[in-house]
Amino acid sequence: MAISGIQIYKLLPQTNCKECGFPTCLAFAMKLAAKQVELSACPYVSEESKKQLAESSAPPIRLISLKANGTEVKVGNEVVMFRHEKTFYNKPGLFVRVKASDADLAKKVAEADAYTVNYVGMDFTIDGFAVEADGGDLATAIKAVRGASKRPLILIGDAATLPAGLDACSGEIPMIYAADSSNWEAMADLALKYKATLAVKGESLDELADLTQKIQAKGVEDMVLDLGGKNMAEWLTRSTQVRRLALKKNFRALGYPVITFPGNVDDPAKEAVYAAQAISKYAGFVVFDTFTPELAYALLVLRENIYTDPQKPIQVQPGIYEINNPTADSPALVTTNFSITYFSVANEVEGSGQPAWLVVTDAEGMSVLTAWAAGKFDAERIAKAVKEFDVASKINKKQIVLPGHVAVLSGELEEELAGWEIRVGPREAVDLPAFMKQAL
Amino acid sequence: MPIEIPKDKWPGSVRKVTIGATAAEGGTRTKSVTVGGQTTMPYMQFEAPTPNTPVVAIEIKSRKPEDWSPLLADVWGDAMNDPAEWAKKAEEAGADIIVLALMLEDSIDDAVNAVKSVLGATGLPLIIWGPGQAEKDNELLVPVAEATKGEKVVLGICEDKNYRTIVATAMANGHLVEARTPMDVNLAKQLNILITDMGLPAERIVMDPTTGALGYGIEYGYSVMERLRLAALQGDAMTQLPMMVTPGFEAWKAKESKVGEGVPEAWGDWATRGIHWETVTAIALVESGADIIVLRHPESVKRVKEAIAELMVLA
Repeated sequence: MAISGIQIYKLLPQTNCKECGFPTCLAFAMKLAAKQVELSACPYVSEESKKQLAESSAPPIRLISLKANGTEVKVGNEVVMFRHEKTFYNKPGLFVRVKASDADLAKKVAEADAYTVNYVGMDFTIDGFAVEADGGDLATAIKAVRGASKRPLILIGDAATLPAGLDACSGEIPMIYAADSSNWEAMADLALKYKATLAVKGESLDELADLTQKIQAKGVEDMVLDLGGKNMAEWLTRSTQVRRLALKKNFRALGYPVITFPGNVDDPAKEAVYAAQAISKYAGFVVFDTFTPELAYALLVLRENIYTDPQKPIQVQPGIYEINNPTADSPALVTTNFSITYFSVANEVEGSGQPAWLVVTDAEGMSVLTAWAAGKFDAERIAKAVKEFDVASKINKKQIVLPGHVAVLSGELEEELAGWEIRVGPREAVDLPAFMKQAL
Repeated sequence: MPIEIPKDKWPGSVRKVTIGATAAEGGTRTKSVTVGGQTTMPYMQFEAPTPNTPVVAIEIKSRKPEDWSPLLADVWGDAMNDPAEWAKKAEEAGADIIVLALMLEDSIDDAVNAVKSVLGATGLPLIIWGPGQAEKDNELLVPVAEATKGEKVVLGICEDKNYRTIVATAMANGHLVEARTPMDVNLAKQLNILITDMGLPAERIVMDPTTGALGYGIEYGYSVMERLRLAALQGDAMTQLPMMVTPGFEAWKAKESKVGEGVPEAWGDWATRGIHWETVTAIALVESGADIIVLRHPESVKRVKEAIAELMVLA
């Protein structure tokens, strides 16, 4: 919860000594509230005030970062309950769980590690691996994983089995799973010794908050919460309550990201459903048991969609796109780079089975009418796109098709693009297949 | 020390809307379906119980669609040639409501016969869509509404360009309407105002805020639904209607579900992917407040219904 300049002012010496470089304590407080100066610039602030200010300026949901050799996963630091209120910032880490005793461990890790899938010009991968000490030798397993992947790790085991695994990945910041009411002291010691993030598990939020406070008192700062929950209703309730307590009440004891294991349900169909709920509703780490390309693709896309900044819609890279293997005789259709506009047009053309070139103009991510009204989709920009993407080299007939909504631009475009024929297409994408069949 | 959980207290609530009429209610349905009535954001049952379970509808067509994914054609088989058979199979697959989509090729007689045969084949309530072209919708939906007087079917799809005829015939024949707007809170409100201004009570409107499929704009539908539900709970009367969405239609239009060849290897197994695409789209929309979820594949229906049942469990 942000603290105001006036609240900060009350914690300062109020002597206007000017040694911080500002004329008054109030001016300094205002700068502090705006995060433009450091509190250390004040030589006289009391230890008590320092502590209070540090606490109130910490983010309500702690930022947790797992690191391996050059790779990192960051989660937490969220500020809203609903994405439209601002945005969700740090996408949940998607991890795949493997067992130390599994003879195929290295192969499974290599396969999941190599997985990459492209979605509207972005390449997605999974984020890391959870290695479970299920009786197998954890150190050997970690070495095998490290032979196949550089991604961050979650180590699952107890205070007896974990140290060997932690030694095998020294220099990294892994997570260890999990402290509960029976073992929290030993787990907290391990987290401290190895600078690991500690997952904490409890049967209720009361128990969890009690545990995190005790663990924090031992000096562990980086924690994540396993909320348990015996069904989707209970998990959703707890996840929402934890987020609310952190954001609305600044309740520190539960101000940590949440980890969940949809694979615990032991049914791949339900695992997918649980994961979809977890990604939509505030999970920080989602650990799978089932790794298949078709599931990974669906969930990576869901994560991207939910974590897209509503103020900055997904844009498609401007350029010339091929649909249904176009030839030099296929038509060139012009549209904007707003993702939904692009998808509507691309889908209709694709569904029609007719080949076409799609000239996606940089309209700063706006739809046709909005961009036109804002001056981001005018004759000049369209002409620029046609030239920049060298549309003339792709097609025999110098002809482009404009969206019907901007028919008004055709005269101007004829001037900008001398020698080109400007055709006016339908207003709506859904009418494109018929238009292409009949008019082109 | 027990934690004090912050609870939201809202002044408003979602209206209850009942679809279908039993014999006692003047129709022939074996049961009616009531949705809405919420006083909290979706499934926040620690604040108040969710009074009515959100339902799953299965979309069928008056004749076999040529453009559906082969995966759907495989699973429904020959039943797709006969709407009555298809409706029976949909009921067996767990549908709470049947959505019957009429098609452009249908004559008035075809349409009325298809609707009557579906009413005869299943006791479930019905949502009936026109083929999606204003003139044809009106031409088919009026006689269909008259032929089903008293059944309390939902007639769709009302959009800002074409709602008057559909609303008028719904009023005359005791039916409901589906009000669809393109992913925008204010447009949704406005259409509800236009429809209620004609005299149709709000209890006979289901709003369809539209969604995109996973990967195709679902985030817009998702957030518009959350905003509509928040507005309803804050007391904005013209948003206090149950929400119906069509993830089946959207997801099976996407290349990911529709086709199995010529796609990247990283997309994985086609049959499993198609169901994931529909299910994941639907689950996200369930979380954002959908009351009626229209699906196409029986396996997705099973998964989404199980998820809703789990979400309805009281702690």
